[in-house]
Amino acid sequence: MKIIVNGSERETSEGRTLEGLLEERKLDPQRVAVERNGAIVSRERFAATLLEEGDTLEIVHFVGGG
Amino acid sequence: MDKLTIAGRDFSSRLLVGTGKFASNALMVAAMEGSGCEIVTVALRRVDIDNPQDSMLSHIDTQRYLLLPNTSGARDAEEAVRLARLARAAGCEPWVKLEVTPDPYYLLPDPIETFKAAEILVKDGFTVLPYINADPVLAKRLEEIGTATVMPLGAPIGTNKGLRTRDNIAIIIAQATVPVVVDAGLGAPSHAAEAMEMGADAVLVNTALAVSPDPGRMAAAFKKGVEAGREAYLAGLGTQREKAEASSPLTGFLHS
Repeated sequence: MKIIVNGSERETSEGRTLEGLLEERKLDPQRVAVERNGAIVSRERFAATLLEEGDTLEIVHFVGGG
Repeated sequence: MDKLTIAGRDFSSRLLVGTGKFASNALMVAAMEGSGCEIVTVALRRVDIDNPQDSMLSHIDTQRYLLLPNTSGARDAEEAVRLARLARAAGCEPWVKLEVTPDPYYLLPDPIETFKAAEILVKDGFTVLPYINADPVLAKRLEEIGTATVMPLGAPIGTNKGLRTRDNIAIIIAQATVPVVVDAGLGAPSHAAEAMEMGADAVLVNTALAVSPDPGRMAAAFKKGVEAGREAYLAGLGTQREKAEASSPLTGFLHS
């Protein structure tokens, strides 16, 4: 199924959770914040969040800034 | 040095450090250590999911430093609020350096969008430190709606020009009942000292440290500038005069 991650379309398998996607991408769940379809997903909900066809995800992390 | 208190929280350092533009994480950490700072600003950006980088947070001891996420990149209030909430979701305390800079050339903060975002974020429980032009009326209005500080600019971000807004900053300091943190444009320790001598409560520095070939050493120099300025403010500076006033006694000359 297709989802959109940080503006680009991605293919991912049915039944994948948000936590599963972060693991696959080697992203530490403690170091990112995620919006799914415009709503923030709290860290505690990563494992229980089942991704669906057409989901739009924004995955952000901290970088240097003034 | 006397304590700085922001939103009921005490800090021993009056120098805040930005973490942008350093050539390496090691140099960023050297600047943080050299500065003696306790608050560091960070930004939020999309991760590159095809090429995840080592998180900069793995280099920052978050027990020692309070992370102050900024809303840089936000062009309006809505984007700024969204960034602040994402930063909180990423595990930060609900403190935010609110900046809304729609104009990429001068990066001057939009006062209307900043005010709107501040209202929303204060109601949402954030400790809001808004980055503003040195506008005394705006500073007062923000303070009235509950921002924890005001952060007037000395000069546009990254310009190293110093306190070009000096007279307005003096008015902001005279009127403020929340800490005044002079942010942006401070390029030399003397600029930081000048702001502190005027009675600013703190300063925030990034570019001047990041572009130095020796950020740790420059940060230590800024630390001294901030401390010297604060001590001078507390000690009380003499007033400027037009005519000379002799320092040596005017009596008992050899020829008199």
